[in-house]
Amino acid sequence: MKARKKTNSELFFNGILNENPIFRLALSMCPAVGISTTVMNGVLLGTAVLFVQVFSSCTIAAIKNYIHPRIRIPTYTLTIATWVTVIDLMLAAYVPEAYKEMGIFVKLIVAFAIITMRLETFACRNPVGASFWDGIGMGLGFTFGMMALGLVRELLGMGTILGYDVLGFRPLLFFVLPAAGFFCVGLMMAIFNYMEIVYNRRKKV
Amino acid sequence: MLTVATARRNALYCVAAFFMLSLVLGCGKEYRFIKAASFKGPRGISITFAGPVDEKWAKDQANYSINEKTDPDIYLRIAAISLRPDRLSVTITLEEDINQKATHTLAIKGIVSEGRNMGSAIVDVKKFYLGYLLSILMGAMIINNFVFTKYLGLCVFFGTSQKKSTAIGMGITFTIVMVASAMMSWFLYQFVLKPFRLDFLQIVVFIGLVSLSVQAVDTILRKVNPVLFKAFGVYLVLVIANCIIIAVPLILADNEYNAIESLMLALGAGLGFLIALFLMSSVRERIELADVPPTFKGLPIAFILGGLFALSFMGFSGMSLF
Repeated sequence: MKARKKTNSELFFNGILNENPIFRLALSMCPAVGISTTVMNGVLLGTAVLFVQVFSSCTIAAIKNYIHPRIRIPTYTLTIATWVTVIDLMLAAYVPEAYKEMGIFVKLIVAFAIITMRLETFACRNPVGASFWDGIGMGLGFTFGMMALGLVRELLGMGTILGYDVLGFRPLLFFVLPAAGFFCVGLMMAIFNYMEIVYNRRKKV
Repeated sequence: MLTVATARRNALYCVAAFFMLSLVLGCGKEYRFIKAASFKGPRGISITFAGPVDEKWAKDQANYSINEKTDPDIYLRIAAISLRPDRLSVTITLEEDINQKATHTLAIKGIVSEGRNMGSAIVDVKKFYLGYLLSILMGAMIINNFVFTKYLGLCVFFGTSQKKSTAIGMGITFTIVMVASAMMSWFLYQFVLKPFRLDFLQIVVFIGLVSLSVQAVDTILRKVNPVLFKAFGVYLVLVIANCIIIAVPLILADNEYNAIESLMLALGAGLGFLIALFLMSSVRERIELADVPPTFKGLPIAFILGGLFALSFMGFSGMSLF
């Protein structure tokens, strides 16, 4: 697939920076808009996604030789669904309050495009070890994306970070509104685009 | 062009047929001598009889007892009873406002009509059922639109809302698959998962059913109607990646809806997605011609537009029909 094999640390940082699921690949937008109101939500959902991604990547990488190519997509879906069920039950048992806050989104991890995409493009062609690091990178990239959005929305909307009062006042109450998720993601993407444009211009000169 | 038109017409017929079916099935059952019992105003319950009743019997408060179906011990106190001049309908006014969301049981003792005793009756008073169904449909479609107020299905939403034709094709395909898979998963949940205490398997079962129904629709459409398949086949794969299609069965399982209510919710979710796609694609077609700053080109401006739509859809929040 590629001429040079990537090292584990390269795989790890690939998910966080170059192929960040939220800002670069623009996948899994629903939670990014829906429940990015606080940093804590981002951390929790990000952790759940991280576990599901790592476990399913490893499972698929381990059994890839036994999967018939024609039924690979249903196999991926069922693998992910199994791991989501495990995580869903665990969260409901150990952190019931946070689980209630996240609502249906934990169960909806099963439909996140990012996980299936990583299985299809990476885990089914690589050994378990590489898939493990790729899964961790992707999961952390997603977590950081969610946390960044949560940070902006929580700080601007409520003047707090992780529930602690930082600013002492509420700069823009608008960002607490559910609809502000769209604006926030849009503006973040625009900032990423702007940085890319500036970077490319510098490189040319 | 003709093929797309035929395909659209066929899909419309499907939707219309589902709606008519629900209209037929939606009528409730009634007691023989009592033609209708319904809420009237915030405190009133009106009863319509099949024949004229005696005034002395009708005005006696002891002949009526009303309670919420879930609390059989707590009887609601009656303030006044009025009889219409034609003696065919009685309006009972209660001392307190009625919780109209709950079903009320109305027991009527020894109805006397023209000197003859017609026996006692127990009737359920509830909100107009068809109206309730309609409010589920409208609720899922507009008031709690899945895209703009619940933020689900965004990947596919932003991916397929660039052109109007694509948006309509995707919306119709999605609605059909949505209704089919929601009904199947409702059936499986109520009759297999719940009786055998297999609730924890719901995610695995629902996602499996969705993939299965998409595959089935794909295969059937390919053989039965290749024209329709050509128009809508490309969108079928995208349907699986849409979170709404897995969210609706989960909501159905949580809320214990019955078959018709489930159908209404699924239909509303599908049509709501269609509406959202159509609105968005209309605006995005226009914005192609506008001078957007280079940093905002493509997805960022689409997200801002989505935010504006979400803000305007917030205006519907808290609205209730019927």
